[in-house]
Amino acid sequence: MMKPRIILDNKHFEITVTRLCYQLIEVHNDFSNTVIIGLQPRGIYLATRIQKKLQEILKKKDIKCGSLDITFYRDDFRQKELVPNATNIDFIIEGKNVVMVDDVLFTGRTIRAGLDAMLAFGRPNDVELLVLIDRRLSRHLPIQAKYIGKVIDSISSEKVKVEWKETDGADKVTLLSND
Amino acid sequence: MTKLSTKHLLGIKELNADDINLILSTAESFKEVINRPIKKVPSLRDITIANLFFENSTRTKLSFELAEKRLSADVVNFSAAASSVKKGETLIDTVNNILAMKVDMVVMRHPNPGAAVFLSKHIDAKIVNAGDGAHEHPTQALLDAFSIKEKLGSIKGKKIAIIGDILHSRVALSNIFCLQKLGAQVMVCGPTTLMPKYIHSLGVKVEHDLRKALEWCDVANMLRIQLERQDIKYFPSLREYTMLFGLNKDLLDSLSKKIVVMHPGPINRGVEITSDVADSAQSIILDQVENGVAVRMAVLFLLAGRV
Repeated sequence: MMKPRIILDNKHFEITVTRLCYQLIEVHNDFSNTVIIGLQPRGIYLATRIQKKLQEILKKKDIKCGSLDITFYRDDFRQKELVPNATNIDFIIEGKNVVMVDDVLFTGRTIRAGLDAMLAFGRPNDVELLVLIDRRLSRHLPIQAKYIGKVIDSISSEKVKVEWKETDGADKVTLLSND
Repeated sequence: MTKLSTKHLLGIKELNADDINLILSTAESFKEVINRPIKKVPSLRDITIANLFFENSTRTKLSFELAEKRLSADVVNFSAAASSVKKGETLIDTVNNILAMKVDMVVMRHPNPGAAVFLSKHIDAKIVNAGDGAHEHPTQALLDAFSIKEKLGSIKGKKIAIIGDILHSRVALSNIFCLQKLGAQVMVCGPTTLMPKYIHSLGVKVEHDLRKALEWCDVANMLRIQLERQDIKYFPSLREYTMLFGLNKDLLDSLSKKIVVMHPGPINRGVEITSDVADSAQSIILDQVENGVAVRMAVLFLLAGRV
């Protein structure tokens, strides 16, 4: 049986996203030379949420946010059957500061593929990683996030489920464990 | 639906509608990839593909080779004219020798119908049929379907006329299977002598008047007269064929609606289609060629996923 434990509820979810936005502003000021790239499929919800929040805080409309599909760059596509999603990056990333966004940082393999995939769109000046949940004991590769919503300790048989208002009705993060 | 129901791509006949839709939706992702500044992805970097062309080809061979290279596969090319086939080696021996060099996939064009099916029963590698005689040319049908879908939004319910040398055309047969599986209505049009004997058993409309066919259809797929496959004379003269079945600008403009014009290439300008039609805004001939690379990338990617 999977026993769910709530990591972030609706209220803390909102607080966490807002905090991440202010942390971004501290580093990137008005985002004039910074773009956000969400990783398909689940990272794009967080990326667009952050884009909207930043536009609200900074009172500007032109914060750039794209989505990147990494299916063709994965190292495990022989083992799993994967369906590609759309990539939509309608701006140049050459010389830009890129904030890569995903919902959960687990083994780091998705981010590795994301870095590879991104290079097809130019050479960014600087790349940072933002994640909502960091499962810190599960890394397979030397990859760390700069902005983290919440760090959790979990074992690999457990699952982190991130739900979004847009698709699941409410913002919520739960940890499902087998026992 | 995340994988194909088949191990090889031998013909459209063996695919189901889900397979075709999976290939078309994957091809959409690849079309985005080939329009990037860097058009290459590393998906097939551990795969070696042999292109075996026992019959001449420009578009298909280039298109497959580009698709393979953009997926980062290693590619070896082979054409019958410069090989030991001329010294009397059999097809299976030729292919097994190539496979002994650790090749994972084979893309083959062959003048004999059924060559790809035959090969799939005797060797241990993924096979993609790039045209076997007058039988099937599955990737052409898939890229035609992709191009129609891209132009008209969907295929279901659309009317497509295939016009010309139906008897000798593998493109016609694969297109009929593919379009019917996707829910389109298909008509074939051409001289009686260039219709296969059992054409009615395929469930298509048959028309011998070009104007009527064009008035009926949303898309006209013009085929080339395959003189190299014609052992006898099927019509009095090319000039007469052009008069009766050639598409020219006056005819196109006199129709009650704007139809889409396709051609699988190579074009015989002035025979089945005039230059001004081939180069007109209604023609999607060059889109077909561009889409061909994306569709072939999708086919290779999906087949290789099951290695």
